[in-house]
Amino acid sequence: MKLHPILAALRRHKAGVVLIALQIALTLAIVCNAVFIIGQRIERVNRPTGLDESNLFWISQQWVGAPSADTADGVEKLDAMLREDLVALRNLPGVASVMPINSLPLRQSSWIGSVSLKPRAESGGKGNVRTAYYFADEQVLPTLGVQLVAGRAFNAGDVQHQGFRDNPPRPVVIITQALADKLFPQGNAVGKVIYSDGSSAPSTIIGVVARLQIPDTGSWSRDFAWYSTLVPTRLNANFANYAVRTKPGQLETAMRAVTPLLYKVDPLRVLDDDSVKSFSDIRAKAYRADVGMAVLMGVICLILLAVTAAGIVGLTSFWVGQRHRQIGVRRALGARKVDILRYFQVENLLIAGAGVVIGVLLAVGLNLWLMSHYEMTRIPVLYVLTGVLAMLAIGQAAVFVPARRASNVPPVVATRAV
Amino acid sequence: MFGYYLELAIRSLKRSPGLTALMVLAVGFGVAASMTTWSVFRAVSGDPIPWKSAQLFVPQIDNWGPNGRSSDGEPPVAMDYTDAMALMRDHRARRQSAMYQISPSIVPADAGKHPLNVSGHAVYGEFFPMLDVPFKYGSGWSASDDTNRAQVVVISSKLNQKLFGGANSVGQSVNIERRDYRVVGVLDDWNPQPRFYDVVNSGGFSSGTDDVFLPFQTAIQASISNDGNTNCNAVPAESGFVGLQHSACVWIAYMAELDDAAAVTAYREYLDGYARNQQKAGRFGWAPNNRLRDLPAWLSSQRVVPSDTRVSLLVALGLLLVCLVNTVGLLLAKFLRRSGEIGVRRALGAPRSAIYAQFLTEAGIVGVAGGVLGLLLTVVGVASVGWVLPKDIADLARLDVSLLVLTLLVAVVATALAGLYPTWRASQVQPAWQLKSN
Repeated sequence: MKLHPILAALRRHKAGVVLIALQIALTLAIVCNAVFIIGQRIERVNRPTGLDESNLFWISQQWVGAPSADTADGVEKLDAMLREDLVALRNLPGVASVMPINSLPLRQSSWIGSVSLKPRAESGGKGNVRTAYYFADEQVLPTLGVQLVAGRAFNAGDVQHQGFRDNPPRPVVIITQALADKLFPQGNAVGKVIYSDGSSAPSTIIGVVARLQIPDTGSWSRDFAWYSTLVPTRLNANFANYAVRTKPGQLETAMRAVTPLLYKVDPLRVLDDDSVKSFSDIRAKAYRADVGMAVLMGVICLILLAVTAAGIVGLTSFWVGQRHRQIGVRRALGARKVDILRYFQVENLLIAGAGVVIGVLLAVGLNLWLMSHYEMTRIPVLYVLTGVLAMLAIGQAAVFVPARRASNVPPVVATRAV
Repeated sequence: MFGYYLELAIRSLKRSPGLTALMVLAVGFGVAASMTTWSVFRAVSGDPIPWKSAQLFVPQIDNWGPNGRSSDGEPPVAMDYTDAMALMRDHRARRQSAMYQISPSIVPADAGKHPLNVSGHAVYGEFFPMLDVPFKYGSGWSASDDTNRAQVVVISSKLNQKLFGGANSVGQSVNIERRDYRVVGVLDDWNPQPRFYDVVNSGGFSSGTDDVFLPFQTAIQASISNDGNTNCNAVPAESGFVGLQHSACVWIAYMAELDDAAAVTAYREYLDGYARNQQKAGRFGWAPNNRLRDLPAWLSSQRVVPSDTRVSLLVALGLLLVCLVNTVGLLLAKFLRRSGEIGVRRALGAPRSAIYAQFLTEAGIVGVAGGVLGLLLTVVGVASVGWVLPKDIADLARLDVSLLVLTLLVAVVATALAGLYPTWRASQVQPAWQLKSN
């Protein structure tokens, strides 16, 4: 098939051609970037925290008029209250393990510090690696369901307790594999010594866990999202948080039993609707904005593609109507149905081809602009290529119906006056 | 004449219902997507106190030095206790308040009820007039209450409803962390979003309300510790909440009211002078690196508007643009199909302006229909943002008359603009040609 007659015909419909090409270009640019955003968000939401997230729930509560954590005496009293809660929770039917812990992955509230290979490292200086601390007791590994890959777990003898705002030495810690690799690229972190928060007191790494995300998911913490440090310490304050792992299928029963149980231990405390939360709720809340953004982008993409496809159908139908007679003449001169069909398909391919070329430029430009203004990364070529193929396919699909109608124009039309 | 054009337009639109429906749908969806995302963007990027934001300033003092600065040289975003108290003592602005976030528990007088947890702020008395905080009953406290560490409290109307059934509770007492405080004021509905007076601790938007306000020094004395962020460049030398007050950790928000440019310049000089004095005294080992931003600049430097809402608005506007390009194409096809009719009208003496009027009327009708559909879809869209967005932000997106009017206006104006080129092409139709070819 020769392209010449098609090009000659297109030249007579400059405005229509430009409009369709422009529409395809804009659609491609927006859809590529929107789908890229969706892909990024899905990847973010699906990354594992390192926990065994089923059968895990969280309790946050606050005592009223509790002793001050600023005095040694108050700290002892607070610790006794905390241990009393632990005993009660551990005796709850259906509970597999319980521990006090300051936060959990995705909970956003965190204790961030830094660890260094040298003592008394200055804050913000080189060689400091940012980390999020989890303060818990010897039950931490089974309760979180994180996997120990080297060294040993905490035992009851490792566990200390301290006032919430105190900073005593941390003799032993467990760190994540990611943090171990960062601090000791040669491997073998177990048994090595690190210094936390510019302290001069050494902390010995006794174990390494495979993976444990920090509590924050915001972009500011992206660089150290997997650098967690576990400290065997019960924090004493006028509040205490617990993580509970239940036996399979017992999650809801155990969660319902918690509030009455804790009120029975000590009624002078605050427990509200947000106090007892399953980990799946924590996860849903943490990623709600990401899921929402993905859904919104998805809806907009669907509308865009539908509008563009419908636009192509509409305009091609108009052209078919306009060239009714010419089609009849071609048919009368011996063109087969399939020739007419091909004609419109090739015509669409030419227009869409021009559209996607401009669209690719626009897509990359939009991506660059988003990168300079917002937190975006470079769009992978695969997204753009897929977008190009999808646009061409949509163009062909949209043009098929009017093109088929054109191919059904009988040759006799040529002989009739309009 | 307009009635006639209207009739012509409706007849023409009816003749190709598929094409008409397509245009109306495109305009409707494009406008609705833009307006829904706009309603969210408008809600989060609005000025929370437009009548006064130009007079409210947030000072920042570099008490950490070069190692504690962010990569772009910015000092800490909050203050340590020492600097905040020094600024309060010097009292150089018309009004000012240091503040920190608290989360105390309240024991209801009714013994059968469980204690409840509330959030709030420890502030100075000038906080209330400075921010034009509305009171339902009573008022804030005086400067002497601040210095005397009076046991007084201002509560929200929500907490007043919960504790006192909404009655005037001024003079009543509230048990906070097992101490009694006398209510001096009950706020009217006041929950500015973003929570501009302390974005560092609230993160900008918050689905809860601030229910209690205590005098700053009263709260310090009662050891009601801070509930927000504490950022330290070094581990505090002493332990506990008192140790925090003696440390260089930053946890206190600060706001000052400065009436005019002269006051701003004077305050800036005062801050630099203060930092220089600290340098001389040996507390700071670096030259002053302070900031003094007015509220809008401060909110933008803290990136309070979530970037997702901007990106969504942008993408939705892109969708609207595509829908309009689509409408231009379809209108062009529709109008030029009627070249014969145009030719006849022109030959019978209709001027170009008549053709313009006729086809713009037709475009306008598509715009109005698209706008009405857009209105319905916007209502659905705003109602369902709660499914998609985090609660604290979704709650802010509201339908109001201005949004509805804007929706209709955008639809009609956009469609009329889209109709301009096709109409121009229609008006260029040569009557002789058309008549000949028929």
